[in-house]
Amino acid sequence: MRQSGSVLAAKLALAFAAIVVGGAFLGLGIDAVRDPEGAVEAFDVYLLRAAGFTLWQAALSALLSVAPAILVARALNRHPGFAGRRLLIRLFAIPLSLPAIVAALGVIGLLGRAGYLAPVLSSLTGERWPGIYGLSGILIAHAFFNLPLATRLFLQSLETVPQDQWRLASQLGMGPAASFRLIEWPAMRAALPGIAGLVFMLCVTSFTIVLTLGGGPSATTLEVAIYQALRFDFDPARAVTLTIVQLLLTAAMVWLLSRLGAELTGEAALSVSSRRYQSIGPAEKVFNMVILVLAALFVAGPLLAILVSGLQADLAKLAARASVQRAAMTSVVLASLAALLAVGLAWALAAGRQKLASARRSHAAGLLERAMDNGAVFILVIPPLVIGSGWFLLLRHTADVFALAPVMVVAVNALMALPFALRAIRPAFDAAAVQNDRLCVQLGIEGWTRLRLIDWPVLRRAIFTAGLFAMALSLGDLGVIALFGSDTVQTLPYLLLSSMGSYRTADAAGIALLLGMLCFALTLLSDMFGREARQ
Amino acid sequence: MSDAVDVGLDDVRFRYAETQMAFDTLFPAGNVTAVMGPSGSGKSTLLNLVAGFESPDSGKVTFGDVDLTGATPSQRPVSMVFQENNLFSHLTVADNVGLGISPSLRLTADDRALVERALQQTGLAGKEKRLPRELSGGERQRVALARVLVRNRPVLLLDEPFASLGPALREDMVGLLRQLQADRPMTVLFVTHQPEDAARIADTVVFLDEGRIAAQGPASAFFGPTPPEIFRRYVGGAQGLKARQLHPVAAKPT
Repeated sequence: MRQSGSVLAAKLALAFAAIVVGGAFLGLGIDAVRDPEGAVEAFDVYLLRAAGFTLWQAALSALLSVAPAILVARALNRHPGFAGRRLLIRLFAIPLSLPAIVAALGVIGLLGRAGYLAPVLSSLTGERWPGIYGLSGILIAHAFFNLPLATRLFLQSLETVPQDQWRLASQLGMGPAASFRLIEWPAMRAALPGIAGLVFMLCVTSFTIVLTLGGGPSATTLEVAIYQALRFDFDPARAVTLTIVQLLLTAAMVWLLSRLGAELTGEAALSVSSRRYQSIGPAEKVFNMVILVLAALFVAGPLLAILVSGLQADLAKLAARASVQRAAMTSVVLASLAALLAVGLAWALAAGRQKLASARRSHAAGLLERAMDNGAVFILVIPPLVIGSGWFLLLRHTADVFALAPVMVVAVNALMALPFALRAIRPAFDAAAVQNDRLCVQLGIEGWTRLRLIDWPVLRRAIFTAGLFAMALSLGDLGVIALFGSDTVQTLPYLLLSSMGSYRTADAAGIALLLGMLCFALTLLSDMFGREARQ
Repeated sequence: MSDAVDVGLDDVRFRYAETQMAFDTLFPAGNVTAVMGPSGSGKSTLLNLVAGFESPDSGKVTFGDVDLTGATPSQRPVSMVFQENNLFSHLTVADNVGLGISPSLRLTADDRALVERALQQTGLAGKEKRLPRELSGGERQRVALARVLVRNRPVLLLDEPFASLGPALREDMVGLLRQLQADRPMTVLFVTHQPEDAARIADTVVFLDEGRIAAQGPASAFFGPTPPEIFRRYVGGAQGLKARQLHPVAAKPT
């Protein structure tokens, strides 16, 4: 019967997630048991320093992203109608759609030793600009991603302030300081712990930025240390200990975050608020404009650096090169498969949950239903690199690890995209179920006919939204391929990383532009379908 | 399969949340029965049991002499119209009606003619190509009735289908229903909160309270001078009932 069919499919989807995560834990466990002394010995100063740096850079990144975001969000909220506001908001959505490695390259291109701003900075400081590798580079790259994200989230919280309060404030003659203290800050303060926690969490698990911008043992996070232990030092015992510490750290973070009520799968679209009754003095207007211009320059700078240096590279020659073509093909194929898998899993979970929910009449949801509901979000607790390293350890005894790269990339990326895919598909699925289920049963529309006539036309936009987003996410991911990649299996981010590693700067710039454009286009399409689906 | 059949609930028991429901009754072939009662009394559940959306914990659901307790909704000789969501919003009016003939929408020329005729009968001629969102609330329910016509099943379940319409529109719809019923009698169960709707169209009334049938009888008894006490209290005193009786009850024959 149809009912048990969709519940079975959802159980299979859960089982798939359990196997991917469980296999990684098994790999870690086996190695820890096989060499417990090595694992304990690995708990040394190096590890403590990496753990300390992980938390330290994340805390600083969160501070540097969130504090300015309060000012930027407030400025955007105070001026709901200026020319270019929409453009600015679009600009703020771009960093989230870019692969981390592309953004890192943009920051280097702008502020690196040979960056576009290096001459200016050299003459300003009076000595040769040393470049921004290390902590400063990591912080700037993290802020590049998270300042726009935090701004968007703060703006959302400000938009929950009822219009009447603004009217009242303006009637009572509140100045900017008073309205900040009495209206804006209370709204933002409520959202602050969640936003700061989310940014902190993203920075704790940030791998690519630290790998490309961090330098040496003094600027290494746990994830980068895991990667180095597996790929360069061949020290599985150390990798096990590092991975377990990282896992405990993220679990603690997520537990904390859930207490703070953060949304782990935030959305990239900003709303445009309506007309506002308020009077803003000229001094405040200037102040706000300066804030907005600075924020715009900060976000646009690395983007421009990517664009300009990418265009300077010989793109035609690059595109004609066999290695680039092969990597591009591999990337597109693997990302498409990951997207298909993510959408399939999300569909199965949404359908299974819906079936269970509608079959249980009125009692509380069971464990299985809740697993299909929120269980998927817990995937985000486990960084892809941790899953990758667990499987790497598990497989190295029995198989050619590098030959399994495609399977690992597809499986892990699909799981990583699953929470986002579920968020796009589930509301549409549930709404369609409420509207159509009884009618279909009554009229005897079922199976393939139902898919063709009813479900596909209603859900295809949500499916495209989820699939394209998952594809963009997977296309830009470096976490798994960094471990499993080799000369035979290369994706675009992997090729980009090795070009950077061997100082083929022009190649790197060209590939980065290609990859960035691709991901940006996919995200744009995904948003478009998402907006249509909501109408 | 168009001749009306009896619908029987034979000692049907069903538990929903805290309410234990029990129905044991027969709805005679060709009759219109108004199913009334306060919210939560089990009106929709009764219809869902007949339609097959819910299965009884015990007891039998019969159509004529046939026990169809285990049959799926589409296997039962039943059409149902809900309060809303009767149409697929992405399909045209004609397609929505056509689904009543073929659930996979494979329609012959004859089928299409049938759809055309049903739309004419329900006053929707010329609106075949419209999407549901381009129709008014009343028109959408007419499309649902047109589909009932082409499905041609002997039993019709109406779950407050006109509840979201204004008084004048509701009167139109009840009139349309009477007309369709006169053309081709079905066994109709009509859940409604409006005594005047019930008075205009029902042959019999079933009054539910806390999952049980508290009163049942010919409509004339319910809307006459001495209605059952529990029904009188529900409607709001004899005065209220009499005032309502004054006009629409004596509706002209169509």
